[in-house]
Amino acid sequence: MELSTRTFRVTRADLVRYAGASGDFNPIHWNDRTATTVGLPGVIAHGMFTMALVGRAVTEWAGAPDAVVEFGVRFTRPVVVPDDDEGTEITVDAVVKEVTEAGLTRLDVTARCGDEKILSQARAIVRTTG
Amino acid sequence: MSLDPSFVGRTYPPTAPYQVGREKIREFATAIGATEPAYHDSAAARALGHPDVVAPPTFPVLITMAASQQIVDDPALGVDYSRVVHGDQRFAYTRPVVAGDELVCVNTIEEISNRGGHAFLTTRTDVTTSAGEPVVAVWSKLVVRGES
Repeated sequence: MELSTRTFRVTRADLVRYAGASGDFNPIHWNDRTATTVGLPGVIAHGMFTMALVGRAVTEWAGAPDAVVEFGVRFTRPVVVPDDDEGTEITVDAVVKEVTEAGLTRLDVTARCGDEKILSQARAIVRTTG
Repeated sequence: MSLDPSFVGRTYPPTAPYQVGREKIREFATAIGATEPAYHDSAAARALGHPDVVAPPTFPVLITMAASQQIVDDPALGVDYSRVVHGDQRFAYTRPVVAGDELVCVNTIEEISNRGGHAFLTTRTDVTTSAGEPVVAVWSKLVVRGES
């Protein structure tokens, strides 16, 4: 399995679109006043949006949109998304930890924003045969 | 903030069925930038052996997050939702969610712990079709931050 690094640019527009599609309208994901009031540096991405981007990397690596058997993460650092056209960037890498006889591949995933890891214990099991 | 550990093991009544719509899957896939044809095109999904468009792996959270309000809103448990942050999230799939599914959620409180002034609540949501076929199990750990 070719595990090339995937990068995803995240802007405020992406957060608004995700809020609408997911129904998660928590204002910390679109309103700087609310975000700073609760002690955040600014608007942050939905954890589940970050996880969805990691899921894109996993399904692309697996080569099939329906290959994911298990997928779990721990959210350790918020992804701050500035109010400009650049936004921020998330980088996703993985290593293969195990390939089972049943045709399952276990991946350990690393997701970073800048130099900081934003997830821990990020793991996926994907079906890689038949 | 602390939560009563005696709630561990409590299971809530099944939620009302959620109808998985083809356009909702397309909208979600578009919002996360996922362009695989099986998320958007029924024929492409059928070519992979599915009855209709396939949902991306984290799609079930739309259904389970709404369903787990049962727990978060349980006045006897007393979660202060304004202090909740998302700790962990995990999915274990029997099969992908597809358009046309009618899904029912059963929520269980798996774990409660209190430490460092914070409360930790792990919920498991068993997602099945309304006919009882298992689809995906979803775990969420919520952290209810203390008032320090």
